[in-house]
Amino acid sequence: MAVSQLVGAKIHRREDPRLITGHGHYIDDFTRQGAAYVAFVRSPHAHARIKSIDITDASKAPGVAGVYTARDFKGQLAGTHPAAPAFVAEKKYIPERFPIAEKEVCYQGEIVAAVLADTKGQAADGANLIQVDYEELPAVMDLEKALKDGGPKVHDGAADNVSWDLTFTGPDVTDAAFKEADVVVKQRILQNRLAPVPMEPRGVLAEYETYDKKLTIWMSSQSPHFIRLFVSGAMGLKESQVRVISPDVGGGFGSKISPYPEDYLVPALSRLAERPVKWIETRTESIQNATHGRGQYYDVEVAAKTDGTLLGLRVTQFLDVGAYCGTFSAFQACACLMAGGAYKWKGISARTIGILTNRVPTDPYRGAGRPEATHLVERMVDLVAGELKMDPVEIRRKNFIQPQDFPFTQNFGLVVDSGDYEKALDVAVKLAGYDDLRKKQADLRKQGKYLGIGLSTWIELCGFGPSAATAPATGGIALVESAQVRVTPTGSVIVYTGTHSHGQGHETTFSQLAADQLGVPYESIELRHGDTSEGTAFGYGTYGSRSLAVGGVAISKAVGKVIDKGKKLAAHMLEAAEEDVVYEHGSFHVKGSPDKAKAFGEVAFASYGMSLPEGMEQGLEAVAYFDPPNLVWPFGTHIAVVEVDAETGSAKLEKYIAVDDCGNIINPMIVDGQIHGGIAQAIGQALYEEVVYDEDTGQLKTGTMIDYMVPSAGEIPPMSLDHTVTPSPTNDLGVKGIGEAGTIAASAAVINAICDALSPLGIKHVDMPATPDRLWHMMKGTSK
Amino acid sequence: MAPAERRLEGIRSMKHKVATTVNGRRHEHEVEPRLLLVHHLRDNLGLTGTHIGCDTSQCGACTILVDGKAVKSCTMFAVQAEGKSLTTIEGMAKDGELHPIQQAFWDEHGLQCGYCTPGFIMAAAYLLAQNPNPTEDEIRKGLEGNLCRCTGYVNIVKAVQTAAKTMSTAPARKTTVAAGGN
Repeated sequence: MAVSQLVGAKIHRREDPRLITGHGHYIDDFTRQGAAYVAFVRSPHAHARIKSIDITDASKAPGVAGVYTARDFKGQLAGTHPAAPAFVAEKKYIPERFPIAEKEVCYQGEIVAAVLADTKGQAADGANLIQVDYEELPAVMDLEKALKDGGPKVHDGAADNVSWDLTFTGPDVTDAAFKEADVVVKQRILQNRLAPVPMEPRGVLAEYETYDKKLTIWMSSQSPHFIRLFVSGAMGLKESQVRVISPDVGGGFGSKISPYPEDYLVPALSRLAERPVKWIETRTESIQNATHGRGQYYDVEVAAKTDGTLLGLRVTQFLDVGAYCGTFSAFQACACLMAGGAYKWKGISARTIGILTNRVPTDPYRGAGRPEATHLVERMVDLVAGELKMDPVEIRRKNFIQPQDFPFTQNFGLVVDSGDYEKALDVAVKLAGYDDLRKKQADLRKQGKYLGIGLSTWIELCGFGPSAATAPATGGIALVESAQVRVTPTGSVIVYTGTHSHGQGHETTFSQLAADQLGVPYESIELRHGDTSEGTAFGYGTYGSRSLAVGGVAISKAVGKVIDKGKKLAAHMLEAAEEDVVYEHGSFHVKGSPDKAKAFGEVAFASYGMSLPEGMEQGLEAVAYFDPPNLVWPFGTHIAVVEVDAETGSAKLEKYIAVDDCGNIINPMIVDGQIHGGIAQAIGQALYEEVVYDEDTGQLKTGTMIDYMVPSAGEIPPMSLDHTVTPSPTNDLGVKGIGEAGTIAASAAVINAICDALSPLGIKHVDMPATPDRLWHMMKGTSK
Repeated sequence: MAPAERRLEGIRSMKHKVATTVNGRRHEHEVEPRLLLVHHLRDNLGLTGTHIGCDTSQCGACTILVDGKAVKSCTMFAVQAEGKSLTTIEGMAKDGELHPIQQAFWDEHGLQCGYCTPGFIMAAAYLLAQNPNPTEDEIRKGLEGNLCRCTGYVNIVKAVQTAAKTMSTAPARKTTVAAGGN
């Protein structure tokens, strides 16, 4: 990298002036002349046969321009919902899914009709007039019951309600370890089903131009290019006929990656009705229909020696797929591959089972598989420590993969690129004042108070690619990243990235990166993203903490190509040999003669002129794709301090310490912000949030923010952050991802703290969410 | 259409006049009685900085000032704003100069996706008018009616603390925020 002035500095975000003054452009801020609004009629039942749909009254309602049911879309949309084959080879059943149900509905909220009207209110009024006659069918809600023979089925085609069943490694792999064991600890661990709840719900505005046969879609998406790919295919259009624009997006957290039924239906309605069509999701529609996260349980066994040496781990993941297979649902099975955490194991046995139910599909939610892995291994390590009366810090130290072991090939063959786990642990223990906390805990216990200290020494794999790992998992398209750098004749620079920013601050971070490498003023850089008609042919979007570690590196490569061409041209202008020209501080000069120089702007201008070297084309721009050779592996230590109220069972976070290592840092302010938010989301999972359906009828009981508790400033504690820096050897920038780290780390720290607090009562394990109700019952011995 | 439906339709289509002063400018519109104030601001006045996040008055993204008091604009019908003076996020910056709370959100990285931010800034404006030197605990309690999914609130709290400091030393601004009362 060139001279660093901006990289590593707290640069104010350039996206903020528009956002703090109310001038952002979110999807609901867009409209088109003559647009119609659509309201969807959704199934009130978890599982039912559609006997008839009466649209008579709705069709005659004021302002209603059209009522559409499944058969109207038959010639408009083809194919089924895309589901990445991912890791699932042994057994696979992916139910057919059309964006609108025709004969059967399989979860509450599935679309059965669409009403188009001149205004939002008229569309909603019209939708209320539609009469659907349903024959209710038994709902499959319980994962264990779903697996039993002879019970109700989610789909006729899935005789056993199993979407996948894959054994990564059989029990034999851990037989020797378990034979050697002095102690074996078993635990079932629940992962509560969560609603992502980005503050901005989804929305789609589509305009099909009948005579040009061009489609423009404005929508709230993390991956506009993938939406173009899927929607164009389903509508029988060429990708080149479709433009997807994802403007300012009010948070995603994984729920805006995969395509949704509305993403197909709204454009199809525009083509049918020959006018622009707009749909904005209500919050209830969002909690009911946007993909959920987690929704799993794990059966886990650990074998260990009396000195605390971890030997073997056996994991079975039971994952609630929902009614249909989410596009990247099977990715969540990576929890099995990451179950070993930061420790050395002789063997790990792992199996994942994806089970169909009559709930909305699950798909990646911030962390996707990796929070589950951290939670289970960190819980199990604490359970072993408890069994052996060891300090949780000591058992971790004893079993860590050591700095000299990297690159470390873990049990499933994944190569952990770098790490220094003990260093992060040391910093965190010191920051927390761990020894004093233990003394305080002992004192409080004498007073009948329950203070607990919980650790999470988490690791993560992120930054997807590499192509070899991801192309087979997606069905062909490798998750690499693209960038384009265009230099205008006057020397200003437009950088296009194939990633998408929805709160991560790419406009700032990536501009810092490009400005530093080019040695030009930060203000000369314009960063653009989110429009498939701009920049490179394909972008891969933002998820899995990949934007900097893959997309940022692609930008750096494209900038490098621009500098290379600039050097050739400057050499020609300076009448010097190309190898004698160096580029520093925004200027090309002859080695040893800093006066013999051409500024970047002069070279840019000359590149559009006539005196070019033989064979050189005009212009100064470059495209680069980066296919990372490996994933990147952030890590850290989080420590939560919790007091559980003896009277009410309420768990209050007293202190939260996070020491994270994401390699080199471009903008520390943004990195800390990502960690804060990630931790808050995991605290939400640990203490407050759960999507609850009625277990008999499949009715969603948490369909509003009244019932689904997103924590407020009153629930989230202050946080103390620090960092260690272990640059990644996987890319030239030495960077790793940080978007998901907080969420991956924190639920384990919080729950470990609660279990530690309640250990005098003989409580060893607490499931999430650890609500006052649940804890109170456990403390009174009335279980829950 | 059933008679009840027809009656309802009659009520819906009956338009009412509503005159408001928004960010210092007077507006007059004819609106349906069921129109929420937030929709009036967004759809009729084109003030799209006020966002909608929940439909059930939990999230606070639509918070504005009504006669100086913080109100979730989804909890009022447009007709209830008759004769009132409203301030939305678009009315906070004056003459190209950010309001100290806006500046503090920028300085302290008090926002990420930015969707909840206008609501937080308006709620903070009211909070600081009521209590110019709030403790951290008072800030957290004072902002419980607003939800953010990105920041974990750490930097929002910091932004409000910073704004409080700036505003206690800077000359008073024109934005009318009700002090005292509740």
